[in-house]
Amino acid sequence: MVITFSGALTGILLTPVIGAIIILLLNKESREQARIIAAMSTGIALLLALGVFFGYDVDAANAAAANGETYFAFEDHVQWIESVGISYHLGVDGISAPMVLLTALAGFTGVLISWKIEDRTREFMAFFLLLVAGVFGVFMAVDLFVLFFFYELSIFPMYFLIVIWGWVKTREYAAMKLTLYILIGSVVALIGLLALYFKAGEATGVYSFDFVHLNEAARAGVFDLPFFGDSGVTTARLWFPAIFIGFGVLAGIWPFHNWSPDGHVAAPTAVSMIHAGVLMKLGAFAALRVGVQLLPDGARMHLPWIIFLTLINVVYGALIAFRQRDFKYVIGFSSVSHMGLVSMGFATMNLTGMTGAGLQMFSHGVMTALFFACVGMVYDRAHTRDIPSLGGFARKLPWVAVAFIIGGFVSMGMPGLSGFVAEFPIFVGLWDGPVFEPDPDWLTGSFNYYAAIAIVAVLGIIITAAYVLRIVGQVFFGEFNEERFPGVTAISLYDKIALVMLVFWLVLVGIYPRVMAPMIESGVRPIVSMLGG
Amino acid sequence: MNFSTDVQASIMAILPEILMTVLAIAVLALDLVWSRARRRDLGYVAGFGLLAVALIVLLVGGPPGDETSDQLLLGGMIRHDTMAQIFRVMVIVAGGLSCLLTMGVSRLNVRGDFYAVLIVSVIGGSLLSAAADLIMVFLALETLSITLYLLAGYLREDVRSSEAGLKYFLFGAFTSAIALYGLSLLYGFTGETNIYRVGRALATGGLGDAPVVLALGLITVGFGFKVSAVPFHFWTPDVYEGAPTPVTSLLSTASKAASFGVLLRFLLAAFPPPELLGSLENVQDYSQLWVQLAVVLSVVTMTLGNVLALVQTNIKRLLAYSSIAQAGYTLIGVAAIATDRSGDGAAAIAFYMFMYVLTNSLAFGVVILFANATGSERIADLAGLSRRNPGLALAMTLALLSLGGIPPAAGFVGKFLLFRAAIDAGLVALALVGVVNVIIGLYYYLVIVKVMYMERSPDEDQPIPVSTPYTWALGIAAAGVLLLGTILVTPLVEWATEAAQSLYVLL
Repeated sequence: MVITFSGALTGILLTPVIGAIIILLLNKESREQARIIAAMSTGIALLLALGVFFGYDVDAANAAAANGETYFAFEDHVQWIESVGISYHLGVDGISAPMVLLTALAGFTGVLISWKIEDRTREFMAFFLLLVAGVFGVFMAVDLFVLFFFYELSIFPMYFLIVIWGWVKTREYAAMKLTLYILIGSVVALIGLLALYFKAGEATGVYSFDFVHLNEAARAGVFDLPFFGDSGVTTARLWFPAIFIGFGVLAGIWPFHNWSPDGHVAAPTAVSMIHAGVLMKLGAFAALRVGVQLLPDGARMHLPWIIFLTLINVVYGALIAFRQRDFKYVIGFSSVSHMGLVSMGFATMNLTGMTGAGLQMFSHGVMTALFFACVGMVYDRAHTRDIPSLGGFARKLPWVAVAFIIGGFVSMGMPGLSGFVAEFPIFVGLWDGPVFEPDPDWLTGSFNYYAAIAIVAVLGIIITAAYVLRIVGQVFFGEFNEERFPGVTAISLYDKIALVMLVFWLVLVGIYPRVMAPMIESGVRPIVSMLGG
Repeated sequence: MNFSTDVQASIMAILPEILMTVLAIAVLALDLVWSRARRRDLGYVAGFGLLAVALIVLLVGGPPGDETSDQLLLGGMIRHDTMAQIFRVMVIVAGGLSCLLTMGVSRLNVRGDFYAVLIVSVIGGSLLSAAADLIMVFLALETLSITLYLLAGYLREDVRSSEAGLKYFLFGAFTSAIALYGLSLLYGFTGETNIYRVGRALATGGLGDAPVVLALGLITVGFGFKVSAVPFHFWTPDVYEGAPTPVTSLLSTASKAASFGVLLRFLLAAFPPPELLGSLENVQDYSQLWVQLAVVLSVVTMTLGNVLALVQTNIKRLLAYSSIAQAGYTLIGVAAIATDRSGDGAAAIAFYMFMYVLTNSLAFGVVILFANATGSERIADLAGLSRRNPGLALAMTLALLSLGGIPPAAGFVGKFLLFRAAIDAGLVALALVGVVNVIIGLYYYLVIVKVMYMERSPDEDQPIPVSTPYTWALGIAAAGVLLLGTILVTPLVEWATEAAQSLYVLL
């Protein structure tokens, strides 16, 4: 039974799927057709995603947020398994609309950058498109069963892409490690989700996985009742850690970040782009949506200690990145560090910090995609990623060098680029502290816990500057060794298009944050109001 | 409680069995009439014949009325309800797919007698799904078992097959005898043979726990053997490995599904939770006994099955341990049915078994094709399958993802429903053990996928051909696995839920 159907989001979801099916039906040798179909389907998805992004009605979202409601635009709502309370319900809010755009961007540029893959091109493109479709699905899902369905759906093409086309030395180990880590996290979160489903069902009489329904139950205080019988911990406080950290595994939260650098390094370039650029945001997004927004009281209780884990992410990730010799591992660990900032932004529990985190998700996604694209282009020509033995590539690959340097500035948080727009509010948010009075008063007392976290976290930025500049200096400048790297060719037109598209968004958001910030703010506002703001 | 004597309803209640008997005779007759060359097509007659019967059951095999008394037919031997219908469909589909798969096994595909015995076996499974009387339960169980002993040892010249047949027979006969003893105790305690009357008599009989535990324990041995629950699983790997692969497929699908079907009905009817008995007073609750038993069996079965599967090098043995683990997951649902009145647990089991039947048929189908082409059943020899036949590798991947519980394959929804039922019944810890096991399971399924896609082999340039019956069997199974995980979830879930609700209507 169709309730509402605008079709745009279903279109975004289905174009890659249809592309994948057509590609699988091609004959074995038609590599070029497979590439063109992949580019076309991600291209159409990108156009639709741009339409959704620019068509998002911020005013309507703010109006709904005034009542504490989350506004979902472009809803597609069709009954699916009615007896279980599952419906095919898609929609985007202020946080997920930029994420959909990011996915489309990384998907399209990923296809362009994978143009030269010759081994089983057909399968590569098909799995890549399925991965992109799965990621789209998670960001657009309003029904949490659908969210979970696509979350799991995106795992298996990931495994294939890494294990078949990945870096020969570690792909087997890395792919399995990644899959198992993410899966363990997700099933723990699933059990938590089922607990919420039954608690909400018992209290309201309607068993449904629909976020809108669960959110209403949360606002009515259903999850603040004791979980077992009449006494003991509340549902929110008991299940918040399971859900937040379960999804947080995919966001690379310390100490469960370990899969991510290995996975990034082993994956082929386009997959690293999706993986670090988009997939990790999927974890952060789901942790925010299912964890913080449904269980605000659990967030109030647990985020103050979880923020400490994110601090370790930021500083420790940056330190490890600084110590790497492998070009790609540097970027891998820098993702751990930057994703720590995202989780930290959520943990500030105020409008400024959470908006910053939302911007950081987009900014870091584009930036990391750009980084991995650059690493891939250098590696394809140098056949090594050992930083000390590289050098002088700026002369041979000027486009790559410029793009990487811009990306580097973004990651250092230089004003005028998206990194500044994203990171600055996170630190301001940290300084402000949560919108409510935290329970143990030492959190905001004379010793300001949040401010202390902010001060230490800034160290991460300094270390970031150090490792980024080190790479720029050693890889792109200095002497170029003509004997060691003979016949380095310029990058192709497809590669250039991809780099330009990614850089464009970093600059656009940097100089004109209004294109995105108010939208994210409108999505964050209902969450903050649930937290008590 | 009275039994309906409506003649038309009685015939409809055993219509599938009547049709299949006719089919078995027809296959035997054609075996005599047809020339040796034409006899290769016997598999089509048997296979599509069974699939047609399944379709008929699907369309017109529903229950005669809503009242239990209308549904208890033939002197109470058969309960003709939606639960019987759904399990019959899956058992018969499994049989049909097995027949099609047999057409690729060179020494069996021309033997009409093999197909006929296989059909009789399916008749046993189909009757078992509807059995509502201790005698009928045992008769159907034996019809299913004895024919399966025969089928497992059908390749007499093959030592492994003979060994499998004999081993299966010895274990099977032993456990059947024990189960029969348990059934006879129930008759002794109550003086009734209809399981619904047994349940009422037990509940009001004031027997105390000890005799009931004894009877329940003995019967569990028999059913545990059929579904290969630990510790009654010892036969499984050896028999699965040695039996002709289509028979292995049948063993792991039809036999297991039918056994779970009767297990659900039997437990709820013979040892009902008191709320189901309605107006009766002073009833004793024996349901917690089997719930605890199911919890223990489930934990042990899935854990042991998964852990032992990790070290297997033969694909059939691996699938054997995997099927033990799958039985463990299904037992999660069994543990949930007593406390969960909405029927979620039973519905989850029906859904799970339905998708499992298709999934395992698909997996075994690929294994037969592969073994025929290469003469090997080693996992390591699957290397390069994605280059030798991409479609086949994709089909196997789909089956493995379904077993592992990854969307878009149907296994995801199946596992989701099972865990949901467990949490609904308050068995959160059991659900957690279950999800940990899913992860362990996924590891070895993914290893197979990795071997097929990543590893290279010197035979890569030799394609593996797929014959027409296999295209049909694998196509039907693969389409089922994919569609039941996506757009056809709803009809199957609705059907399973309706079926589950009929289970809770006892009087």
